[in-house]
Amino acid sequence: MTTTAGTMRKLTYREAVREAIREAMHKDERVFLMGEDVGRYGGCFAVSKGLLEEFGPERIRDTPLAESGFTGAGIGAALGGMRPIVEIMTGNFSLLAADQIINTAAVLLHMSGGQFNVPVVIRLATGGGRQVAAQHSRSLEGWFAHIPGIKVLAPATVNDARGMLWTALEDPDPVLIFENSNLYNMEGPLAVEAGAVDIDRARVRRDGRDITIISYGASLFKALEAAEILAKDGIEVEVVDLRTLRPLDEATFLASVARTHRALVVDEGWRSGSLAAEISARIMEGAFYDLDAPVARLCTAEVPLPYAKHLEEAALPQVAGIVALVKKMVGGHG
Amino acid sequence: MTPRKSAKTTAAPVEREHGLHLLRSMVRIRRFEDKCAELYTATKIRGFLHLYDGEEAVAVGVLEALTADDAVVATYREHGHALVRGVAAGAILAEMYGRQEGCSRGRGGSMHLFDARTRFYGGNAIVGGGLPLAVGLALADTMQQKRRVTCCFFGDGAVAEGEFHESLNLAALWRLPVLFVCENNLYAMGTALRYAQAATDLAARAASYGMAAAAVDGMDVLAVEAAAHQAAAAIRAGEGPQFLECRTYRFRAHSMYDAELYRTRAEVEQWKQRCPIASFTERLRGAGLVSDGDLEAIEAEVAREINEAVAFAEAGSLEPVEDLTRFVYSERRLP
Amino acid sequence: MADFCMPSLGADMQEGTLVEWLVKAGDEVKRRDVIAVVETDKAAIEIEVYEDGVVEELVVEPGQKVPVGTVLAVIRSEGEAAASPQQRREPAAGTGGAPVPAESAAIKVAAAPAKPEPAVSVPSAPGPAAARIKASPYARRLAAERGLDLSQLPGTGPGGVIRAADVAGGVAPQVLRPGTEQAAPVVAEPAPVPPAAAAPPAKDFQAGMRRAIAAAMARSNREIPHYYLGLRIDLSRTLRRLEAENLKRPIRERILPVVPLIKAVALALGEAPELNGYWVDDRFQPQEAINIGFAIALRQGGLITPALLNADLQSLDELMAALRDLITRARSGGLRSSELTEATVTVTSLGDLGVETVYGVIYPPQVALVGFGRIMEQPWAENGMLAVRPVLTATLAADHRATDGHRGAQFLDALNRYLQEPEKL
Repeated sequence: MTTTAGTMRKLTYREAVREAIREAMHKDERVFLMGEDVGRYGGCFAVSKGLLEEFGPERIRDTPLAESGFTGAGIGAALGGMRPIVEIMTGNFSLLAADQIINTAAVLLHMSGGQFNVPVVIRLATGGGRQVAAQHSRSLEGWFAHIPGIKVLAPATVNDARGMLWTALEDPDPVLIFENSNLYNMEGPLAVEAGAVDIDRARVRRDGRDITIISYGASLFKALEAAEILAKDGIEVEVVDLRTLRPLDEATFLASVARTHRALVVDEGWRSGSLAAEISARIMEGAFYDLDAPVARLCTAEVPLPYAKHLEEAALPQVAGIVALVKKMVGGHG
Repeated sequence: MTPRKSAKTTAAPVEREHGLHLLRSMVRIRRFEDKCAELYTATKIRGFLHLYDGEEAVAVGVLEALTADDAVVATYREHGHALVRGVAAGAILAEMYGRQEGCSRGRGGSMHLFDARTRFYGGNAIVGGGLPLAVGLALADTMQQKRRVTCCFFGDGAVAEGEFHESLNLAALWRLPVLFVCENNLYAMGTALRYAQAATDLAARAASYGMAAAAVDGMDVLAVEAAAHQAAAAIRAGEGPQFLECRTYRFRAHSMYDAELYRTRAEVEQWKQRCPIASFTERLRGAGLVSDGDLEAIEAEVAREINEAVAFAEAGSLEPVEDLTRFVYSERRLP
Repeated sequence: MADFCMPSLGADMQEGTLVEWLVKAGDEVKRRDVIAVVETDKAAIEIEVYEDGVVEELVVEPGQKVPVGTVLAVIRSEGEAAASPQQRREPAAGTGGAPVPAESAAIKVAAAPAKPEPAVSVPSAPGPAAARIKASPYARRLAAERGLDLSQLPGTGPGGVIRAADVAGGVAPQVLRPGTEQAAPVVAEPAPVPPAAAAPPAKDFQAGMRRAIAAAMARSNREIPHYYLGLRIDLSRTLRRLEAENLKRPIRERILPVVPLIKAVALALGEAPELNGYWVDDRFQPQEAINIGFAIALRQGGLITPALLNADLQSLDELMAALRDLITRARSGGLRSSELTEATVTVTSLGDLGVETVYGVIYPPQVALVGFGRIMEQPWAENGMLAVRPVLTATLAADHRATDGHRGAQFLDALNRYLQEPEKL
């Protein structure tokens, strides 16, 4: 991406999310932010820093450590006409709120025969790679993507971090936004006039003709880095950023696979029963006769993420692993 | 608790018209539930079916304190609440028939009655799950400066759930206009309260969160009504959430497939002596407020309503299977 | 003669122990008689016979554990003569172990199935099942479209899998060069294939490629009604311009004469789209992209036609770079499957070898092949003047199912026109 002076600027993913929240709160009085330490502390990841001063404690609402309670309250507030942004500090803690998300938010519209929709947005930090060990390193977005009735987003770029929130708030149904915590410090270009973006399409982030890598979130950048390396060897990798994990935009990745005839899914979730498995299956269903190699997956090793740095790195999908796997898939036998 | 004596007092406990209204409401629930049980055994209704017999005074008494603008969040034993709140008996029964004329288009069934018109938010069948929802509805009202009450029904079983404690704390912390109504029927399905809770005074536990809490005889519709009015008034006066424990008893099994191994027949019989309908009828009669003719008229009126409801449900249509995946995501954008 | 075998009493029963015979040799048996008791993993089970006849021989002795399907006894049908002792099966006892069922017995279901047979499943010996050809779904599809026999194609993928590149007639170069120590560009890292499974001898693959070409060309000649048109073209303007252009470039970046020819073909195809595409399923399927398959002879023998993608949209410099890259990679390694499958038309230039006119065979499912012969100085009359000009013969081989000669002639005319206006290339 080129930076044209005057029309583009640089900011971090964190700042992009914060700007998105701020803009939403200015645009719509019904929008408020609620979660653990979002106010006086400034947000666990400093996303909401400064917002309390700007909007006051009514709209930047600190909650007790009661994920089920405040997530459910967010759902209720959405039912009651508000547009809450519920921040669950990390996706790991979403398990404490899973009842409200899955048993209430995802089903109210259906159980009520279409009478009650739930326009709540739930933001969660996700992902491993920061040496915070098993209980704080989970990537559960694939789990939630299993559930009909909710939408699951995984913004990877600064542009998406900036633009997806508003569209999510405008959506009549519950939307979960998984923000990979490794991305908060990432700086990226953003058009000065950048605004809302769609939340239903995948994007081809790099064109290539030899293989398609399908990924999302922080893994997207590993895929892009691997593509760069592979290009030096003459392997042109197409990289698809899923962006939305539910509902999946399969048309985009199937079209890509139809062009490249090979697919590798890179997913920070565990492989068994994963989103990667779902994508692989859809490719099998929708692009079987275009495949020139079996669909491959690079997922997190089937182990709770360990604390030790070298072990954690070995467990997570890495650039070198992507490069090696792609070479194996594209090359012949040695 | 000792059964209240059906005192042969001449002092009128209630105005005649209102008394008849309360009695009619309770009878409607009782006869409706009887019909549901019958239709269940005739396989017209399937799935889980939880009946409210014995607890009628709670729904009737509490809902008297609400206005049309208030919201109700209920549990899976909610036929009575829906009826009293104003959801048509035919729509409720059609729902149990799985017909698209049902109040949830047949998508919910007995446990998931919903009605936007009366702000009836279910029909929540995860024990404790409705409490955070009620907190959120009240939060929305507060933030929008709407002076409304959200009334949340739940059972004694919910008190063991984390969501109960999280919700009471949140509501008290933020002084939200929620009326928490605990229908303490002494059993969480088959586990008696004393086997589930070390401290069985539920009102005392609610009070520990910093909200006004009271316990009331849930078999006495007037007592429930009075307590509910008082609590609702306090909420409307901005005093924050209120908690009402209604001590009651369900006469029927937990659901249709329940051998009731966990309680004695004698215990059930003892509680039936305190039937809220029979005892209230006695009081009205004792005060000379009702005649046999009144009672017959009520029964006839209720029977007619239920017959019409059955006919409505029977005549209902099935939603086309092509519509199966509707109502997973909204079909319209929001303003 | 019928065999009475160890039955399968369930999918999970692998073997059974003969506990007891309830008959002896010479006894008469009737269908449904219980004649043996067998102990399985679950229980002792009485076993019925499904023949009427005489027990000819008890083959397995009590106490022996044998696999399902093992012959336990031989039953002689009524009226059948007793077998001579030599014909009898030798009891397999003696080794102390479980008897191995005789091969014939193992594949023979109890005889005379006049009535529905019991579910006696007999394990079939894992014979030399016809090796399934391993090919990717995409390769299978391409082969089917081109009428190629997969068994005739070399597989260069992991474990010998046939991939799209193999169907296209391309052979992964690292396979063509066994023994070279330098890895091919595409495979910077050796794939983890055990040496035994790695690169078969080059000859095999050359033969495989020959077969692939043979199959495609045979199909072409069999199925495609070719027609041929030829046109002599004056190249003086094109070559003059090329010379001038090349003066501006370092030697390494100079443009070869074939490049403007390719570009002219691409542009002319833009005016004759009926020649650019595939004949599939009995109809012509035009292709939007003009991808020119350029025939490249391999030093090892054989021929591949990788595609110059979107040739009509590329500058001469880009085309030259692409062509140089293709040739290098075709001969040294690293062609990609897409390059070998995406050609929408083929150009063959055999002028280097002195050939004057090319009569090409169309590469199915394409519908046209353009051939270029040698550029020769020839007398050329124009406007009543005779001059010596560099001239080449361009030919069009086209599929008569897709186009007629009239259309083909228009194409050649357009080709000529572009070559007379080289500034437009």
